[in-house]
Amino acid sequence: MDMMVSRWVDVGALDEIPRRGARVVKTPLGCIAVFRTEADEVFALDDRCPHKGGPLSQGIVHDRSVTCPLHNWVIDLATGKAKGADEGRVATVPLRCEGGRLLLDLALMASRAA
Amino acid sequence: MSGSRQRLVVVGNGMAAGRVVEELVTKSPGLYDITIFGAEPRVNYDRILLSPVLSGEKAYTDILIHDDAWYRRHGVALVKGRPITAIDRARKVVRGADGAETAYDKLVIATGSSPFIIPVPGAGLPGVVTYRDQDDVERMLEAAARGGHAVVIGGGLLGLEAAAGLKARGMEVTVLHLMPTLMERQLDASAGYLLERAVEARGIRVITRANTHAILGEDRVAAVRLDDGRELPADLVVMAVGIRPNATLAKAAGLAVNRGVVVDDAMATDDPDVFAVGECVEHRGICYGLVAPLYEMAKVLARRLASDDTAAYAGSVLATRLKVTGIELFSAGDFAEGDGREEIVLRDPARNVYRRLVLRDNRVIGAVLYGDTSDSAWFFQLLKDAGDVTELRDTLIFGPAYAGGSPLDPTAAVAALPAEAEICGCNGVCKGTIVTAITEAGHASLDAVRAHTKASGSCGSCTGLVEQLLELTLGDGYQRSAVQPICGCTDHNHDELRRLIVAHELRSLPAVMQELGWKTSCGCAKCRPALNYYLLATWPGEYVDDSQSRFINERVHANIQKDGTYSVVPRMWGGLTSPAELRAIADVADKFAIPTVKVTGGQRIDLLGVKKEDLPAVWADLNAAGLVSGHAYGKALRTVKTCVGTDWCRFGKQDSTGLGVRLEKFLWGSWTPHKVKLAVSGCPRNCAEATCKDIGVVCVDSGYELHFAGAAGMHVKATELLCTVASEDEVIEYCAALLQLYREQGRYLERIYKWAARIGSAVVREQIVDDAQRRRALFSRFVQSQRFAQSDPWAERVQGRDAHEFRPLAQVSLEDVA
Repeated sequence: MDMMVSRWVDVGALDEIPRRGARVVKTPLGCIAVFRTEADEVFALDDRCPHKGGPLSQGIVHDRSVTCPLHNWVIDLATGKAKGADEGRVATVPLRCEGGRLLLDLALMASRAA
Repeated sequence: MSGSRQRLVVVGNGMAAGRVVEELVTKSPGLYDITIFGAEPRVNYDRILLSPVLSGEKAYTDILIHDDAWYRRHGVALVKGRPITAIDRARKVVRGADGAETAYDKLVIATGSSPFIIPVPGAGLPGVVTYRDQDDVERMLEAAARGGHAVVIGGGLLGLEAAAGLKARGMEVTVLHLMPTLMERQLDASAGYLLERAVEARGIRVITRANTHAILGEDRVAAVRLDDGRELPADLVVMAVGIRPNATLAKAAGLAVNRGVVVDDAMATDDPDVFAVGECVEHRGICYGLVAPLYEMAKVLARRLASDDTAAYAGSVLATRLKVTGIELFSAGDFAEGDGREEIVLRDPARNVYRRLVLRDNRVIGAVLYGDTSDSAWFFQLLKDAGDVTELRDTLIFGPAYAGGSPLDPTAAVAALPAEAEICGCNGVCKGTIVTAITEAGHASLDAVRAHTKASGSCGSCTGLVEQLLELTLGDGYQRSAVQPICGCTDHNHDELRRLIVAHELRSLPAVMQELGWKTSCGCAKCRPALNYYLLATWPGEYVDDSQSRFINERVHANIQKDGTYSVVPRMWGGLTSPAELRAIADVADKFAIPTVKVTGGQRIDLLGVKKEDLPAVWADLNAAGLVSGHAYGKALRTVKTCVGTDWCRFGKQDSTGLGVRLEKFLWGSWTPHKVKLAVSGCPRNCAEATCKDIGVVCVDSGYELHFAGAAGMHVKATELLCTVASEDEVIEYCAALLQLYREQGRYLERIYKWAARIGSAVVREQIVDDAQRRRALFSRFVQSQRFAQSDPWAERVQGRDAHEFRPLAQVSLEDVA
């Protein structure tokens, strides 16, 4: 695999996402769900549940997990893995929070599309 | 002075500047001729201790860091009360307001920060102060001497300290805070809840979610008006909503400035002879407002000025402590980033203790301590050391006293209690009585012990202790009761929770989680929606709905579909509609290209496939035609289905359509444990299928048969007869009372038929039919609750409430990606 060069893109401020909530970043290659936990951690995942493609951004956020709104799969926000008995994994997107701004690294996404 | 020494000029004489100079003159004396320009007419004092000065626990002279003699002794020239207005980097001079210039070889900018003034009308009135320096404290003391009301805007560290100080000085104090919990930047919701309670216990009123609209007054402040129209009398208003770096001087001098003066790890600006330190700087994107990082920066800068090129500032781990006597609170660490985080939570409701540690890769990265902060130094050290805590992990949360000890047997504590120790406070039952009941009377279950001794029979909070005594006494012979807790976050089941919420008057999610010993810091997708409902049903008009604890459908008032689009169902009262409404629906379907329009089983029209971002606009158009939310998405009153009754039908016995409309207008908007569907049939032919509904009305010659507990889903079950009544008014009263009983007793996600089967249909009849007094009480509680429930959520959204919900955070273009 080629060396990947990070491509950090500013997508907004931390404060624009409610605690225990999520917002969507739309890209030409699909939606990314950006989550903010009660403890102000942030995570970004593809906005598609590995089960039936449910929009994870619409689920209930608890600790570092989100429960998919369609069939209650619980996804670990840090790893993208389904928890409990379910098996599956959703792609994570590198995300940094700097000075209250949220930066997504879209390089990996672009490479997947390429 | 020797002409060979370099000239160091320091602009600003706050704590950071003071520390730089102190480090320099004590560790590397004689390097510089130092001149400090301070804007305040004072020597360097400890701003952190202004709060004890305000409260009267200290005097101004107690908080001086360097007195005049100190400056003399170290040959430092302090120019007080002379703000610097310009820096000329080309000529290497600074200029004061009086035009006098001072030359430098090295310059340190330490201009600090300014309190943020929220730009509301009246913010400039006399009597509105900030909380930043000794002048502010003096203004507050002057106001406090006259007594009256103080309003503190901002429930962060400074605001709460100001509030406590003013209260100690005898004022009536109210704290306004924009967010739902106090100090939300440093504390999680549980600790924030405990803090709010402690602050209120001091007689300080706390209003959260308070958005200041204006400060009122003619020639001085008289009141504060909130966005919701409330007005609070105020003789003094303290703004403590935050600070911003003072970077204008640096900016005017052409130095790189973002939020603050940009510095590198050497504390140097983009001019190698100009440094900056303290609250005015921005280091790696972060501006600091606490003293510890300022001191760390100062140390690095002093070493750099003494030509130590190895000194580097790498950013700080922050710790916060509230300086209000009697409130113990500590938080530290960075909760904002990282993978594989885990948490350990300890709650002791009886002692108001809450501890939470955040771990990543078996290292402590964050800590929140409330109530007992005696171990904060130890935790903070673990955090800064970032060492592996695997060995300590089992007992880590208990602090250093237990570090590395063997894991505690959960029954050890209760085993150690003497026989006369009280277990059940409500009923005064001691350990010995319970043990005797188990060993001698042979009671081997929780219920038996409870019935026999009354232990845990009232508020129930000692249930765990009683169970531990059973375990301890019977060993393996005891099986914990099979009552299912509602989720893994708690040992309590639904019924206990409902009872404890009332018994302990728990009025918020953090209150429930703290007082009932939740094992997680913020619950899960199972318990949060349930608790949110229980609190809403128990404290109508008072509990503030937590939208983040609602399932998406209830959060956005529409039903999510398999492809992530939504369906929208407007209310059609009793199933009636009109040409105008149908036209509006048709227009909306056209305008927003809604792919599917379908008639539902509950006599409504469903618009399917609406894009989320279109929802507010769809609702606006529907609202304009008089259509409101149909709550097809909610655990709430869904529909009242009707047939045409005496209006048209040759068999109709009563006006079933009119009654259906009346019932729906009375009951809509109420939240319930699960969805509720009604129907009114005009005669026993039952065209509205009332006998498989949660509540059904069948019109007969003599009046109305009231039915309940039907089902037509996964289970199909005919209703049971509640009773027969003679008038429409009685139908309304009985149905509302029945719904209220279900709202008060039902478990979350339990339909009416399951609830009735669990408690017994006869018990329902007893309470609704036989006991008229109880029925009327239930009815009036329902009416009271409806006062707060009957507002159209669509209209609120159209007005712009939580607009973020419907907009993407960002839209990234192809160029950004590829």
